[in-house]
Amino acid sequence: MAETVETVQLLSADGVLQQGAAADEYLPFIDALGDDDLKRFHRDMVVTRRFDVEAANLQRQGQLGLWVPSMGQEAAQVGSAHAARDQDHLFPAYREHAVAMVRGVDVLGIIGLLRGTTHGGWNPAESKNFHLYTLVIASQTLHATGYAMGIALDGLHATGDPLVDEAVIVYFGDGSMSQGDLNEALVFAASYQTPQVFFLQNNHWAISVPVSVQSRIPLYQRSAGFGIPGIQVDGNDVLASFAVTRQGLDAARAGAGPRFIEALTYRIGAHTSSDDPTKYRTDAELQRWVAKDPIIRFEKYLRTRGEGDAFFADVAVEAEDFASDIRRRTLELGTPSTDKMFDHVYSEPHPVTSAQKAWLADYESSFGDDQ
Amino acid sequence: MSDTVTRAEPAAPTGSATAPAPTESAIAQMPLAKAVNAGLRQAMANDPRVLLMGEDIGPLGGVFRVTEGLQAEFGPRRVLDTPLAESGIVGTAIGLAMRGYRPVCEIQFDGFIFPGFDQITSQLAKMTNRHEGQVQMPVVIRVPYGGHIGAVEHHQESPEAYFAHTPGLRLVSPSTPNDAFWMIQEAIASNDPVMFFEPKSRYWHKGPVDLSGSAAPLHSSRVVRTGTEVTLVGHGAMVTVMLQAAELAAAEGTSVEVIDLRSLSPIDYGPIVASVQKTGRLIVASEAPGFVSVSSEIAATVTEMAFYSLEAPVLRVTGFDAPFPAAKLETVYLPDADRILEAVDRSMAY
Ligand SMILES: Cc1ncc(C[n+]2csc(CCOP(=O)(O)OP(=O)(O)O)c2C)c(N)n1
Ligand SMILES: [Mg+2]
Repeated sequence: MAETVETVQLLSADGVLQQGAAADEYLPFIDALGDDDLKRFHRDMVVTRRFDVEAANLQRQGQLGLWVPSMGQEAAQVGSAHAARDQDHLFPAYREHAVAMVRGVDVLGIIGLLRGTTHGGWNPAESKNFHLYTLVIASQTLHATGYAMGIALDGLHATGDPLVDEAVIVYFGDGSMSQGDLNEALVFAASYQTPQVFFLQNNHWAISVPVSVQSRIPLYQRSAGFGIPGIQVDGNDVLASFAVTRQGLDAARAGAGPRFIEALTYRIGAHTSSDDPTKYRTDAELQRWVAKDPIIRFEKYLRTRGEGDAFFADVAVEAEDFASDIRRRTLELGTPSTDKMFDHVYSEPHPVTSAQKAWLADYESSFGDDQ
Repeated sequence: MSDTVTRAEPAAPTGSATAPAPTESAIAQMPLAKAVNAGLRQAMANDPRVLLMGEDIGPLGGVFRVTEGLQAEFGPRRVLDTPLAESGIVGTAIGLAMRGYRPVCEIQFDGFIFPGFDQITSQLAKMTNRHEGQVQMPVVIRVPYGGHIGAVEHHQESPEAYFAHTPGLRLVSPSTPNDAFWMIQEAIASNDPVMFFEPKSRYWHKGPVDLSGSAAPLHSSRVVRTGTEVTLVGHGAMVTVMLQAAELAAAEGTSVEVIDLRSLSPIDYGPIVASVQKTGRLIVASEAPGFVSVSSEIAATVTEMAFYSLEAPVLRVTGFDAPFPAAKLETVYLPDADRILEAVDRSMAY
């Protein structure tokens, strides 16, 4: 779905901060950011992109079974993730590598998922409330909504203190908009007026199916039908993504009910390493979006603010170091112990898993040293 | 009734044998639906994190009135009339459990659980495993199930096997009011997801509830009639049918032992194997279709565990492998005492 007249954009394609009526509402959120914040936005986008490239290489070299690229979607993710406050909970789908990065998650956990060492990878309680990836399309939208219902029941929103009031942000894609779970989540969120933001990354494709198959109207307009205010933002503009999400989350935490944000962006890479996008989309389309690269746009803006080559060189070095650290630790990831299959099927003792765990241990030890 | 109910001991945690001995007995006669209601009330009074969620469970008290009066007593923040969406109910219950709540979801009828199937089997059942034990899922899903009520399509089914097949879920089914009262509290106290199958044809049958008594372990089976020649095993409404069959068999001179399964996952084989070692014959009865069923599982496992004690193959008496028929045919579809006796005769003939 193309941009509409209402799309919120704060940085023009060539990195110039917009002024005027449309931007005025959001500029205070940007004015509140310091130089360090802006540099952090850039750093998070660049490091995530380098991580993404490294993981794709590892996949091609046979070190990962699959890779899910995030390239092109960094601004939507970094902007929205920085909009979340410390006490907020973030429920991702499976492409939110930059969100994980912003929340300080050790993204080796993501590598583990795709190398086949774990189905989890991190503990949300120790990862600044960044929940686990979810592969069943849109199912996490209900978990997020239930979690937000719990915040409301706890009375931990609408107290008037934005540093205490909690909110939830849930991530999903344009294909997810057609799932029952997403629609049920919108119904529950509206009914219970949950403190929550639905954050849609419309990257224009659900594997090979264009967004026009999912919807004949701009997707942000759908939420109105559920009684939830919707807004469309330029998802390749990190400042607009930040400002719109901060406004939405703060409204939700203050008790105004749920919000829906559609971030327009594009999946520059393949759906996954198993996909071949040349079979369904044109190079011309791809090049149009490559030209809107969110990192280049933001770099232009930072340079006009006076950031020099030294800063960008530092970030590049940091990204290289990050990538080589990930590569080294990926190759060190061992095979999980077979006990792990059984240990957490239940929280409480269970005769079947205990018996099968013991049987397997006996069976394996029966091979003695020949194993 | 609520006076006596509030004197009940809290539920013993899952797997523990008994609660402290009662100081005075308080036996109340009540139907199974009321016993679930009393158990829910007790659990809610004991723990403010217990919530009820479901369709029409508020002022109406549920289509079977199992939650009657609970919203008036505990308020709409703890008894939620949800939007009409089963996936939504289970999916949001998962999020509430992540937040520390203990949701009890009501599915209105057995045949309407399938819109929630993904959230139950792919999400709820696997959530603890995916989190490597760092997140617990104390969610109960109550399902009125089974036939004998002459209802329209999708209202009389027995879908247990779909869920018993899924690692990560626990499944139980009480057959008496006393078990209903205690088992619902134990299910709520469990830190794992429990599917609580309520035999809806038994909802209106009264029985004694020992309100000051103690809970048997949630996942234990129980001998409910002793006998020496044939063992019958089943759950829910089938227990009543098996007891009728045992009575008729006794009149014909055959001594039948009856075991109430109570827990469908895991299955407590101790009493079943001990019984088969005595009788040498086992018949498993259920309303559900027999193909790839809880009954098949028991037949296979008991054959492995008690092969040398068996005098005859384990037989199954189940619903047919056809969609649950229109109500006028339900008495033909559902195993009755005669069909069980026919199997008793076949078993004895080996
Ligand atoms: C319920 C379900 N159906 C199908 C799939 C297979 N699948 C994985 S990703 C995907 C496309 C999702 O598109 P979208 O929601 O736009 O997210 P994107 O991948 O573009 O980030 C599909 C069909 C799935 N994971 N879950
Ligand atoms: Mg998409």
